[in-house]
Amino acid sequence: MAIKTEPFILNIGPQHPSTHGVFRMRVTLDGEVVVDLEPVIGYLHRGIEKLGEARTYTQIIPLTDRLDYVASMTNNLAYVLAVEKLAGIEIPERGEYLRIIMAETMRISSHLMAVGFFLNDLGAMMTPVLYMWREREKLLDLYEMVCGQRLTYNYMRIGGVSHDVPEEFLPALKKWVAEMPRFIDEYDQLLSQNEILLARTKGVCILPRETAINIAASGPVLRASGVKWDLRKADPYSIYDRFDFEIPVGSVGDNYDRYWVRMQEMRQSVRILEQAIAQLPEGEVCAKVPQLLRPPVGEVYGHIEAPKGELGFYLVSDNSIAPYRFHIRPPTLINLTALKDMVIGWKVADLIITFGSIDVCLGEIDR
Amino acid sequence: MTTALNCEQVAKKITRALPGAVVAADKAAVVVTSKSLYQVAEFLKNTPAFDFDYLTNLTAVDYMDYFEVIYHLISLKHNHSLVLKTRCRDRDKPVVPSVVSLWRSADFQEREIYDLMGIAFEGHPNLKRLLLWEGFVGHPLRRDYL
Repeated sequence: MAIKTEPFILNIGPQHPSTHGVFRMRVTLDGEVVVDLEPVIGYLHRGIEKLGEARTYTQIIPLTDRLDYVASMTNNLAYVLAVEKLAGIEIPERGEYLRIIMAETMRISSHLMAVGFFLNDLGAMMTPVLYMWREREKLLDLYEMVCGQRLTYNYMRIGGVSHDVPEEFLPALKKWVAEMPRFIDEYDQLLSQNEILLARTKGVCILPRETAINIAASGPVLRASGVKWDLRKADPYSIYDRFDFEIPVGSVGDNYDRYWVRMQEMRQSVRILEQAIAQLPEGEVCAKVPQLLRPPVGEVYGHIEAPKGELGFYLVSDNSIAPYRFHIRPPTLINLTALKDMVIGWKVADLIITFGSIDVCLGEIDR
Repeated sequence: MTTALNCEQVAKKITRALPGAVVAADKAAVVVTSKSLYQVAEFLKNTPAFDFDYLTNLTAVDYMDYFEVIYHLISLKHNHSLVLKTRCRDRDKPVVPSVVSLWRSADFQEREIYDLMGIAFEGHPNLKRLLLWEGFVGHPLRRDYL
């Protein structure tokens, strides 16, 4: 007698260690195989876009810290660049360089967390994460030196950064940058050829190039699928055209490529940091900008290459002290569109690591 | 460097292919009628000279007199960009055609606009609230909410 089977619905999250925040998936399973998936989001929705309409341009900066809280300063940067583009503000050279230093250390910090938790999802419980956090902890100490905070920094200002870095910062940063390549080598040796990692990620949950472009994936997810698109090169902002670096590109678009691209990007960020530290000029760090900035009537879309992808800000100004409309383009919300495509036909265990490989941050998905 | 295409020239080309579609074109954007939006989007995506394969950002603004839906398009091949807009004046039942069948990146973004701004996207395969819960009354991002 044949056994009658039927698909069933499994609810993963919102409170679950593998969902990296409050994220819920309604997964339809046939045995252990995923046949359908629907992401359910909004548990962390704070209405940041609406809040922004009732705040001055400077008061919005701390709100942006609460988007992707793993790389807060990058969010600050994307927002202030958009405002500066709208109001036509020039930034002093030292301010530009300090911003780049912060943005690139943030990228490494975010990727360390992404790779660490990716391995956590893979079953390497906590050990790789602690190796990654050893280095990330030193970065957090550096940020604390600069602005007294370890998570939400609020360091960037319209026109530059809030204040110059303290004396002890640069020697400590130089030491960290000099040590980092050795640590990345260590991670590589421990992980990149690990048999279990290869078996679980090579050829698993492939995102084809065409789909990646059609869903407007960005950041490491897009590049892992073989698309050489990095806004730092494709549409250079700030002073990225002055630095020499490569864009790592994956070949297949599987989970391994997404892991590999992040590892390589950390090396490139170290290269940018070395150049930025060597070129760092003396002088002012912030331009003179009115406390209550009134940008001319108009609109602007500014986007940067955040660690997780293209972070954009769309601002509409009516020449008042607050933006008329304040919209955020969160990279991981749009990357999440790909999740369903990637996991159908794979098992639940692969779903968990694929979700980890997108590297989401619910702070910016829900806003 | 991504080049922003000259909107007036793009508008001329759109008018040649789809007469009556363009409402206005200035330095910043091309505005088209909501009726012809899908055809214009299809034209911009499939014409080799434009080749807009990447819909990066999709959002809406409430100007009280009308809603404006804004599409930020990029061509990865040519590295150029264009801002496409459409307007709808009906405040009670604003409807704009969905572009999900052209660019799937519009999926969550159209749902978000539907949720927070209350604009319905005709042809969207799964149009329901994204961030707020089912049963929530109102659309918070409208200017007259609160």
